[in-house]
Amino acid sequence: MLDDFFIRALIAGIGVAAICGPLGCFMVWRRLSYFGDTLSHSALLGVALALLLNINIMLAVFCFVIVLAIVLLLLQRQESLPSDAILGILAHSSLAMSLVVLGLITWAQVDLVSYLFGDILSVYKSEIAVIYIAGAIILGILFYIWRPLFAVTLNRELAEVEGIKATVVNAIYILMLASVIAVAMKIVGALLITALLIIPASCARGLAKSPESMAIYAAIIGVISVVLGLYGSLYLDTLSGPSIVVAAMFLFLLTLTPLTKIFK
Amino acid sequence: MDEKAPPLIEPLIELKNSGLKVRDRWLVRGVNLHVNRGEIVTLIGPNGSGKSTTARMALGIKKPSEGNAAKIANLRVGYVPQKLAIDWTLPITVSRFMQLTTKLKKDEIISALKMVSAEHLLNADLQPLSGGEFQRVQLARAIARNPDLLVLDEPVQGVDFNGEIALYQLIEKLRDQLNCGILMISHDLHLVMASTDRVICLNGHVCCEGSPKTVAESNEYQSLFGTHAAATLAIYHHQHDHKHLPDGRVQHSDGSITDHCNHDNHDHNNHEDASTNINYEHRADHEMGEA
Ligand SMILES: [Zn+2]
Ligand SMILES: [Zn+2]
Repeated sequence: MLDDFFIRALIAGIGVAAICGPLGCFMVWRRLSYFGDTLSHSALLGVALALLLNINIMLAVFCFVIVLAIVLLLLQRQESLPSDAILGILAHSSLAMSLVVLGLITWAQVDLVSYLFGDILSVYKSEIAVIYIAGAIILGILFYIWRPLFAVTLNRELAEVEGIKATVVNAIYILMLASVIAVAMKIVGALLITALLIIPASCARGLAKSPESMAIYAAIIGVISVVLGLYGSLYLDTLSGPSIVVAAMFLFLLTLTPLTKIFK
Repeated sequence: MDEKAPPLIEPLIELKNSGLKVRDRWLVRGVNLHVNRGEIVTLIGPNGSGKSTTARMALGIKKPSEGNAAKIANLRVGYVPQKLAIDWTLPITVSRFMQLTTKLKKDEIISALKMVSAEHLLNADLQPLSGGEFQRVQLARAIARNPDLLVLDEPVQGVDFNGEIALYQLIEKLRDQLNCGILMISHDLHLVMASTDRVICLNGHVCCEGSPKTVAESNEYQSLFGTHAAATLAIYHHQHDHKHLPDGRVQHSDGSITDHCNHDNHDHNNHEDASTNINYEHRADHEMGEA
């Protein structure tokens, strides 16, 4: 069964969507879309670096995104919070830089489109294994730190006064985000990772009454988007990564209609 | 008269001559403070006077740049922040909010809500609650953790006069039932809770401290507030031996002016030397003058 590229794509996509849902909720709650964009756009620099140094792409992206995230976190700790402008400059300049570097790499065949929009249809069995192992670890950690992370998200000061180590919890979340970005690069590409994180979570907001149910709905909606998007791309012969995002967007529009009342 | 014997029981939190400096500027300096179990301590002062900073140092969130901060091991704090805006993207019910930092059993949640007469809100969404309801739910959340210390930052802000009286009575009842210490922050420089044991008046340093006079003792206030409210409120009389000038400098009783309060030659705790009995006027930030 795993020999069929389409089945492999489905399994990989479902795995990534299931991780993205809950993590994406925190991104929505904390208004971190810009932050996520910055991290995922700069992930492409990790790809360029990997090709230059001839090392594993997923690993390079993971390391690069973590380094960048730590830099951003340090900026935050200096109480001069990175503004939208700084995040925007970082996101776009790193995107531009990586495109330039990739253009300079003449010795390897570089399929730019697959890095920008994902290449889910060529996912390997080993990559599926990585997605599910990483996913299990990430969701396990998330389950473990759920209450403190949510408390810090709702009000950092309150959480700290009541004994939660906000800095540690935040750092763990950023690490998880970096891992998800590294894993999701292959599926939707550097340009659309944030979409897979925030659109299902935003859909789930209209359906949920508690943070926990919002996370579960977000995962389910992400999975549905992947299935719809992949089948859509198969029949319409469109790019699979963007098709998944378009499917998610249609689901989001659906949640804006009175239909959502049924769930509540 | 202010030389108290050291407390026999260990204070829940204690600051000794603590100050916090951020980028070469002292937010607050030379604070001595302790809260014992069963005690209500109120920090008062105008906006920007270092009340919250002092509370943060005492709770161990900010490390003092000078002096000492100590708290008992495993201090359990229940906190009601000054402003708690719940983002609309967060779906949350009262029952889930109650368990924000601690997992609770259902009967623990209900009994805490009962103490503030809000048990009917158990399954309500948090966002549509009225200000008063939300304030009571926040109190319930803070006490449901069975705290050693309750920290209330401006608990009566945005609540009308009757609501203020009701809230103070509730807080006093909670103190008696939970036998916890209470650290309250208030910007009202004159009226404090009658059951406040000690008032500490801050403006970048401790300007004065003491205990309030119950309003009930004064016929004038009794007729102004009514006997019911008068029993709950108390007037705090400030005794300053110095004056804060509009430009932030400090004028001492001998007429000398220093850039900031000078800790070496001006003893804030010496109330007997205070030449004048000062009442604050509510003016803009940092402008505290003699009436
Ligand atoms: Zn003073
Ligand atoms: Zn005073």
